[in-house]
Amino acid sequence: MATETHNISVTVNGTSYRRSVEARLLLSDFLRHDLLLAGTHVGCEHGVCGACTVIFDGVAVRSCLLFAAQADGHTIETVEGLASDRDHLHPLQESMRDCHGLQCGYCTPGILMTMKAFLDETPAPDEAQIREALSGNLCRCTGYQHIVEAMQLTAERLRR
Amino acid sequence: MKPAPFRYVAARTLKQALQVKAEYGDEAHFLAGGQSLVPTMNFRLTQPAVLIDINPLTELAGVRDCAADGLRIGALTRYGKLERDPETARNLPLIHEALPHIAHPQIRNRGTIGGNLAHADPASEMPAIVLALAGKLRAQSMRGERWIAASDFFIGALTTALEPDEMLMEVELPVAQPRSGACFLEVSRRRGDFAIIGVACIVGLDEGGRCSAARIGLCNAGETPVFAAAASESLVGRQIGKPEIDEAADLVQRAIDPGGSIHASKEFQRHVAGVLTARALNTANERARRGH
Repeated sequence: MATETHNISVTVNGTSYRRSVEARLLLSDFLRHDLLLAGTHVGCEHGVCGACTVIFDGVAVRSCLLFAAQADGHTIETVEGLASDRDHLHPLQESMRDCHGLQCGYCTPGILMTMKAFLDETPAPDEAQIREALSGNLCRCTGYQHIVEAMQLTAERLRR
Repeated sequence: MKPAPFRYVAARTLKQALQVKAEYGDEAHFLAGGQSLVPTMNFRLTQPAVLIDINPLTELAGVRDCAADGLRIGALTRYGKLERDPETARNLPLIHEALPHIAHPQIRNRGTIGGNLAHADPASEMPAIVLALAGKLRAQSMRGERWIAASDFFIGALTTALEPDEMLMEVELPVAQPRSGACFLEVSRRRGDFAIIGVACIVGLDEGGRCSAARIGLCNAGETPVFAAAASESLVGRQIGKPEIDEAADLVQRAIDPGGSIHASKEFQRHVAGVLTARALNTANERARRGH
């Protein structure tokens, strides 16, 4: 089959991009290879691991289960958009560092974006809610305990 | 782990979507949430020639009232919306209770009820629930529309009664009645995994506390979602106590033919089906007594 391309216009972390994409290009690959925003990681590519989670029109989704063509006219937030500048991490990132919420860091961008959407909606979560919100993100290093603590600390810091 | 090439059509109107489907038939797939379809495309287990993206058709999303104590849920309604909707919690308690078992938050944010039902995975929660609630599904094509009873909709593993040119538009479900109770229970290896067995049941009581209606549906208990007819009928007209519940659980175990997998043998699935049926009936009965 001949390669078919679509012209799309998408806003990522506040910046508008216009690109021509192949129909079958996954949103995760579009972000990484076309926009060179390689902070979004790719793990399983079938919706199991959560490493590729981004915020799509305000909700956390798997970017490996969306096509770039579907993002036409939509707004996306990725991990690159979290920190306001080089010297100021987002409270989520600060808390992950303070609580040792990461080791190898592969799952971290997906976890940060999942939890950003979660804490926007649930500013004062209990531990069970945090664990449920985290359930779609696999981490093979931490055992999750330190991530849960980091999220409790983030929620506290964001409420101050 | 990349999909094979396909032609992508972002539907601008329902008519356009139906026209393209009529033209390509089984070669074309509708793309709703994509949470089951896209993984199979990434593995190249599914290689549609044409993908018709219905996400722009936002009129297909949402829950609305209809006549005779029913609700109609549009095919493009996302699980995440249902999860946050207090009306769903009140009127469709079976769905409300099942939602946290359906994959994970990010999947529920994107996945749709119509996509799930049309995918017809026998291990999935919603087909068993729609069967237990005796729901109806509306299909539409360029030729017209028709309603299909849930009992006629699921005809095989990943196979429905939808014709190659038809789209699933909405599902109609009865709302919870006074003196009725519902319960959904599921066992899986980890929360969010596919069910080893799931049980969806509703119990209605008459003014004397006797069972006036009971319906039991199961997921991952065979090639299709299963409605346990004999077990359900065994309860009607009786005061539900332990002997009646045990009898129904036994009838469920006899009625099902689970496939077995690396996660659970057939024997274990059958055992779990009995245990969950008894627990779910007990809870549904208690809820009905309390007027839940």
